[in-house]
Amino acid sequence: MKVSINGKEYLVEAAGNPSLLEVLRDQLNLTGTKYGCGEGACGACKVLINDTPLPACITPLTSVVGKKIVTIEGLERQGELHPVQKVFLDEDVFQCGFCASGMIISAVALLERKPEAGVQELISGLNGNICRCCTYPAIIDALSKLSQKKAEQ
Amino acid sequence: MSIKRDKNASPTLSDFKSPDEGMSRRKFFKLMGAGVATYVLLSDVFVSSAATVDDKFEFPDKDLVSSWIHISEAGIITVFTGKVEIGQNIRTSLSQVVAEELSVAPQKIKMIMGDTLLTPYDRGTYGSLTTLQISPILRLAAANLREILLEEAEKVLGISSSKLQLKDGKVLEVGSANSVDFGDLLEGKQVLRKINKETATIAPARWKVAGHSIPKINGRDFITGSHKYVSDMVLPNMVYGKVLRPPAYGAKLLRIETKKAEDIPGTMLVSEGDFIGLVADSPGKAAMALASIDCSWGPGTLLERSELFEHLVKNSKGGKPKSKSLEVSYEGAPLRISQRFEIDYIAHVPLETRAALANWKDGKVEVWAGTQRPFGLHEDLAKEFDLSLDKIHVHVPDTGSGYGGKQSSEVGIEAAKLSKAVGRPVKVCWTREEEFKWAYFRPAGVIEVKASVNNGKINTWEFHNYNSGSAGIDFPYSGAEEHVAFHRSSSPLRQGSYRALSSTANIFAIESIVNDLAGDLKLDPLQFRIAHLDKPRLIDVIKAGAEAFDWGKEKRQPDIGYGMACGTVKGGFVATFVEVEVENKSRKLNVRRVVTAFECGVIINPRHLKSQVIGCVLQGLGGALFEAVDFNDAKLTNPGLSSYRVPRFSDVPEMKVVLLNREDLPSSGAGEAPIVCIAPALRNAIHDACGVKLHKLPMLPSGVVPEHT
Repeated sequence: MKVSINGKEYLVEAAGNPSLLEVLRDQLNLTGTKYGCGEGACGACKVLINDTPLPACITPLTSVVGKKIVTIEGLERQGELHPVQKVFLDEDVFQCGFCASGMIISAVALLERKPEAGVQELISGLNGNICRCCTYPAIIDALSKLSQKKAEQ
Repeated sequence: MSIKRDKNASPTLSDFKSPDEGMSRRKFFKLMGAGVATYVLLSDVFVSSAATVDDKFEFPDKDLVSSWIHISEAGIITVFTGKVEIGQNIRTSLSQVVAEELSVAPQKIKMIMGDTLLTPYDRGTYGSLTTLQISPILRLAAANLREILLEEAEKVLGISSSKLQLKDGKVLEVGSANSVDFGDLLEGKQVLRKINKETATIAPARWKVAGHSIPKINGRDFITGSHKYVSDMVLPNMVYGKVLRPPAYGAKLLRIETKKAEDIPGTMLVSEGDFIGLVADSPGKAAMALASIDCSWGPGTLLERSELFEHLVKNSKGGKPKSKSLEVSYEGAPLRISQRFEIDYIAHVPLETRAALANWKDGKVEVWAGTQRPFGLHEDLAKEFDLSLDKIHVHVPDTGSGYGGKQSSEVGIEAAKLSKAVGRPVKVCWTREEEFKWAYFRPAGVIEVKASVNNGKINTWEFHNYNSGSAGIDFPYSGAEEHVAFHRSSSPLRQGSYRALSSTANIFAIESIVNDLAGDLKLDPLQFRIAHLDKPRLIDVIKAGAEAFDWGKEKRQPDIGYGMACGTVKGGFVATFVEVEVENKSRKLNVRRVVTAFECGVIINPRHLKSQVIGCVLQGLGGALFEAVDFNDAKLTNPGLSSYRVPRFSDVPEMKVVLLNREDLPSSGAGEAPIVCIAPALRNAIHDACGVKLHKLPMLPSGVVPEHT
């Protein structure tokens, strides 16, 4: 089966209809996307499917045929980090970092939709992502810097 | 084996991993030194790593500088510690203290952590001990190395060391062009000089690198998803392992039929006594094969949750009898409180579940595992397989958190067992459900307190903790006749360490009762506490927190309440202040703001310290309000993140952290202490808002504040 990931076409094994997460991690070695709960409740495995952030752990491979998938590995362009990655790096938000990929994917989609998102919109938009180290305030502060900059432009 | 290296390149795992010869610390140094050194420079200080160290030489000797820090010919500074990085950001803070003493950028330090072959023995990364114990050792070792570099440079340059200084990997003469690289001075040799404990380290007031908010040292790897956690690692020819587990605690296997599982191409079953596992060439296939095992189990054996607290008290042991005079003083006091508290089991829920990768080859085993105790796993593997320690190598890459929950590494044993049986590298990653069911929990417990006040002062304090632990049990206030006892019990569920362990439960009870006594006396709970304290550092954080919170200056509003709590744990001093609203009709709790003041000696990295404080407070908020392990019929009923609630963005109140920097005091750890005050501060605020006194953790399992105490 063919799938489009980060702008590239991949031929993957579809036998047993694996989850998109298994295909990314175990067939394609795109391990930036993490397993956290297996029930779509923590956000660690979020990827963009046609620009919508969805949990790859409960997304069957067969459901993404013909769709455009972007993972954490696909956000960097010509060595340039995505603005969300950059602000998280600059603001030094994470502790263990295991939630980072899913958090970044969710934030990218949210700010794509609402570039000037306020704090409340950020909170409700990211509520599906768990950071067990609870770096939540730093994440909101960092993203607010981005969205405020947009609002001021 | 001949290895050519770029002099400037950092070594990577593959550089010193040779499948034929294995690796050793000596080989590692040889590679770090970029070649074979042929002579001994100074027999009492240096030994060339290749030529003169014989095989019996025992490394690492904790007294030697080279056991902790090594400078290669190329000038690469490598630091060795058995501690592991699980999100506390010690890779950064430890780099900072070494960088400070050697006057280099912290990014120049290569930190080898949690590697049983290369690093000095370490009991484990727990108990907030890294900053307290390892940081000073590394600082001192680095200061010793600085002195050695100056001595050597004096000889090489012919300039008095008093005119020399270290800068960016060189020793240079102040105000001239004379300089020599670190690497050229040491030529990659091991510094066998013993660490001189009298060597002066740089005073915090003069720190340029330590004491500053240096960002997470390998931060970019996490932002781009390129960091390899154990669960991400792959070895050539690797297969995926699964282990059969009972459906209920204590259930015995009655019958098993594995044919269907074994018929799946690419799978192999491993059965050794009680252990039944399998491997397959994909994780999906392994899961499918496990589900295809047809078996039946006997009944589970576990008490019902409603019986838990009585069980803990009934099965408890220990505790000395209290004195008659305490009883008399209590009975004679005009104000008395007697109260029981109940504390549920809670789960750590590290976002990365347990994972391990094992490679058994030629009678030796190499294991990568996310554990807080690499040397603990090292010993467990030796016991399990009756193998000598030198045939086992455990690595711990930076791991997806632990919070005290990854002190054991069952998964490391499982992966090794499967790898030994199938003769290939095996990776085992626990599912979230396995992590909930088969790891361990923060202990449940019962606490009973009797306290009295006479003449405005607490005069008796009787405190019993059943099962949850003795950490944080000491009464921090002075003047009372005390009887404090911890009673061990038999825990129905597997229990173990947790961030601050029982300090959360004990300080919850202490700070609830002290607050209630103040309330009964119609006294300000802050002033009442300070009147009973002779701990200046604790008083300082209370005052700093109160000022930031504007304690006592808020106007009374309906349904709004204010609460505080303070405590000291493991060298950290904390005070937390909370404002809540209890909605009158819905009984919904809104945590409006939280201020936490914290002091743990001199601050090494303010940004990361703040992050630890916030993380503690918010994680503590989960256990305070809603986290609880639920079970029925010998099974967990909430072993997933859709059923076990942990704090999310929407639970976060307005937060403020006040950090007190005591440059005159050594640093203590901060990963635990700041968690202990949020529960009692919330409880006291809820009481202030609506008059309801809560005595259980979690306080609001139903999600709303009850109508009555």
